[in-house]
Amino acid sequence: MPLPVVYNVESVRARWRTSVVAVLGIAGAVGVFVAMLALAKGFRAALVESGSAMNAIVRRAGATSEIDSAVTLTQQKVIEDALEVAHGPSGPLVSHEAVVIAAVPLRETGTDANVQVRGVTEKARLVHENVALREGRWPEPGLFELVVGKNAAASYRGVGIGDTLKLGGAGWKVVGVMDAGDTAFDSEIWCDLSLLNPVYHRPQGVAQSVVARLRSPEALEPFRQRLVGDPRMKVQVDRETDYYAKASQMMTTLVNVLGTLVAAVMGVGAVFAALNTMYSAVAERRREVATIKALGFGGSSIVLSFTLEALVISLLGGLLGCALVLPINGLTTSTMNFQTFSHLAFAFQVTPALLGIGLVFALLMGIAGGVPPALRAARMPVTVALRDL
Amino acid sequence: MKYLPLLLGNFRRHRVRVALTLGSFAVALFLFCVLIAIRGAFNQGVEAAGADRILVVNKVSLIQPLPLAYRDRVARVPGVKDLTFAHWFGGVYQDEKNFFPQFAVDHTTWRQMYTEFRVPEEQWRALAADKAGAVVGKVTAERFGWKVGDRIPIKGAIYPGDWEFNLVGIYEGTRPQDDLSQFWFRWDYWAEKVEPDIKGYVGWYVVRVDKGHDAVTVVKTIDSAFANSPFETRTQSEAAFMASFVEQMGNIGFLMTAIGAVVFFTLILVTGNTMAMSVRERTGELAVLKTVGFRDGAVLALVLVESCLLALLGGALGIALAKAFTMSGDPTGGLFPVFFVPGWAMGLGVAVTLAVGLLAGLLPALGARRLRVIDALRTL
Amino acid sequence: MVKIGSNGASESLIVVRDLAKTYRRGSEELHVLQGINLDVDRGDFVAFMGPSGSGKTTLLNLLGGLDVPSAGTVRADGEEISRLSGARLVRWRARHVGFIFQMYNLIPVLSAFRNVELPLLLTPLGKAERRRHVENALALVGLADRAKHRPRELSGGQQQRVAIARAIVADPTFLLCDEPTGDLDRRSADEILELLERLVDEHGKTILMVTHDPRAAERAHATLHLDKGVLAA
Repeated sequence: MPLPVVYNVESVRARWRTSVVAVLGIAGAVGVFVAMLALAKGFRAALVESGSAMNAIVRRAGATSEIDSAVTLTQQKVIEDALEVAHGPSGPLVSHEAVVIAAVPLRETGTDANVQVRGVTEKARLVHENVALREGRWPEPGLFELVVGKNAAASYRGVGIGDTLKLGGAGWKVVGVMDAGDTAFDSEIWCDLSLLNPVYHRPQGVAQSVVARLRSPEALEPFRQRLVGDPRMKVQVDRETDYYAKASQMMTTLVNVLGTLVAAVMGVGAVFAALNTMYSAVAERRREVATIKALGFGGSSIVLSFTLEALVISLLGGLLGCALVLPINGLTTSTMNFQTFSHLAFAFQVTPALLGIGLVFALLMGIAGGVPPALRAARMPVTVALRDL
Repeated sequence: MKYLPLLLGNFRRHRVRVALTLGSFAVALFLFCVLIAIRGAFNQGVEAAGADRILVVNKVSLIQPLPLAYRDRVARVPGVKDLTFAHWFGGVYQDEKNFFPQFAVDHTTWRQMYTEFRVPEEQWRALAADKAGAVVGKVTAERFGWKVGDRIPIKGAIYPGDWEFNLVGIYEGTRPQDDLSQFWFRWDYWAEKVEPDIKGYVGWYVVRVDKGHDAVTVVKTIDSAFANSPFETRTQSEAAFMASFVEQMGNIGFLMTAIGAVVFFTLILVTGNTMAMSVRERTGELAVLKTVGFRDGAVLALVLVESCLLALLGGALGIALAKAFTMSGDPTGGLFPVFFVPGWAMGLGVAVTLAVGLLAGLLPALGARRLRVIDALRTL
Repeated sequence: MVKIGSNGASESLIVVRDLAKTYRRGSEELHVLQGINLDVDRGDFVAFMGPSGSGKTTLLNLLGGLDVPSAGTVRADGEEISRLSGARLVRWRARHVGFIFQMYNLIPVLSAFRNVELPLLLTPLGKAERRRHVENALALVGLADRAKHRPRELSGGQQQRVAIARAIVADPTFLLCDEPTGDLDRRSADEILELLERLVDEHGKTILMVTHDPRAAERAHATLHLDKGVLAA
């Protein structure tokens, strides 16, 4: 029959001053761990969810991003004519796009950030279903007008509705703000493709990428085979979600590596603190343990009891850590994605699943910090301790 | 140090606690040093920037080129001592994950602009003799096991095709913050192989400002020379240019550092507290020393020496581990141009450790001092 | 009746034959107990006295199964415990022995009730049954109204009474007391000794007690002297 849990709970309460140290240590480790996971998740979400599983993005074969890609008029026609492409009331749902990097001053520091300016046609918002208008209106085709993503509107200077932004020597009027559901497009500025090309000395009609909405997600393979098999088309076809996943790889790796490093180090430190607390508890309670053993409780009861005590402490630490990290949910931050060379804003995403992982991490630390002292307690000689100090 | 056996005896008696305390300090200092190394990696561009170098890029967009024709006009601007140019190549070596920066450079003027890099004389001559030659930094060479004489195939991404280069040289740096990952080849080779409508362009110009000339004036002169032309320029110091990148990395860098600081302080707090705890728990032992005849001051000194010794040993271990970790290379596989622990960071780490050791020993030790022997023995 | 020096079989509750305990310190050998022969009947109240270092506590530890003898046997209630080991010895001890220590050894974070309940957690008794036993034990020692109090809220004498309640709650075969009054003032000591006497006279308990206190020894039925590991009347 194991020792009553109330023994452990009351023991932790009685030694709260030393227990607090371990609780803090574990709370810190859990907090940092969950924060890092939330950062990585937010980053991935912003990029990966920019794509849709129903969309395919077509770029020049060998291009590593959009900027070094080009899709000619002939190739665009082949894509539009493909059977796998879905149709809307205005024709095939195919969006021709080109991206440039423009220098726009950051609101906070005034220094320039590299912003992705995307030249699109009216089909863009049909193909990218997650993009909606938040304020103002969409740009009129043929006019030097811009619509700004909501994160871009918050991050940069001079991009409010009514402002005029100088891009490529021409003045463009901001007429609207779009909401793309916290994806990459929220950090972009969109304009008319047919006006962007000449401003940037590019031949008319050439797009950098073509995004096509397919009739079904399974249509990707036949679509790809059709295009790649065509001798006029030297292209690569990716599911839009896969493209964005790859585009975020480097940064995700960075965040993961750094996050894991920090969390692991913190975890080790927390385990040390827990070990110290528990060893000191065991030492302090030598006579208590001896008495319990004299009463007839076996070694396994003792081990279980002390391990449970460590778990009580680590659970408290885990809950505290989760509580501390919860407020950062939704906090936006930004970075530069090296692969696309552009500024990207995203938000921390603290989900219940991540909190759960954090708690499991806490319990693992509790076990690591509780078992060795518990084993020592179980092995302490009884007779010496009963009479001794 | 006649008290040494007493100290060592104390350590032996509380082996596990000593090991844990050492470990805690080591962990905290390891993190401290590695975070500073990470921050240094983010700021590398700024810290390595040449004080007298300015960059001329296309004003409209970073990715737009500038005409080669601008070269002579820029060279004629008063205050311009040296001039070179480069073009970003952005190819792929075997796998997109094997990223390293590749530049097509003006090999006749590149070397004297970037004096912090060292290339053996005969290797640079080999570059001048071989149009398809290339010079790569030591870090990238070691990363892929390249040797001088190897043929390096790179798949062009921006400029499509299969490009091949002959590795004629490997460059090294002179300061810890130098970026040794770059790959340089000849701009004229690039110009030969690309489409006619882009061959007359460069990515950016690099200018060294003559001593005695005001850099700001030179910047203004260059930009006004090309204002209102189809290729307007934006000129700024190399440091400012790099800084703007760092600013865009923005909050990530700040976040990492902030989180790191929080972690570090928590660890230190925890460790200090643990040490204080152990001193308090040993009041009995300390009282016994007093009954034997140790004076109050001696007991205090003993406690302090112990705690400081533990702190220093643990801290030194952590710093050593950090140094070993950074020397084992870039943990992100190519994203960090440099990764090292600067000397000042190590010194600061030692100072902080010592301070914690002192405080953690001092506060409870003073408390123990005031304790009367009889009371202390009573609790036994 | 208590007998020492007997040899051969016996019907007594506790039968000790040729008990010896030796400790090894480096190359030295310490003979703490030598050739102890002892018979204790049910209902006996025995006091062991002797100078410090005479082995009194060691004898108690061996009788209680807290330690294993170097030679000789200990039989309690017909069972030979000197060769029992590990888990079986622990189980035997829980069932047959109640301990009372000089320093009470109560769990400071638990209430009197929960302290007394501890030994019952090793039995298959349900919650309600345990409650009954605990209340009976506390009533017997006169502390029924202090069940919810923690040790630090009780006087020395009261704490020892809780310890006694804990020792008897599982109805063990015999009680072992190691200087039960050593830490108490005269008045409390007397109260405790009266309680022990009552346990023997009214409830038929068997008690073996190690003590320095001659007034405690007076209360016992018999006093045995232990000197340099040898038992004498």
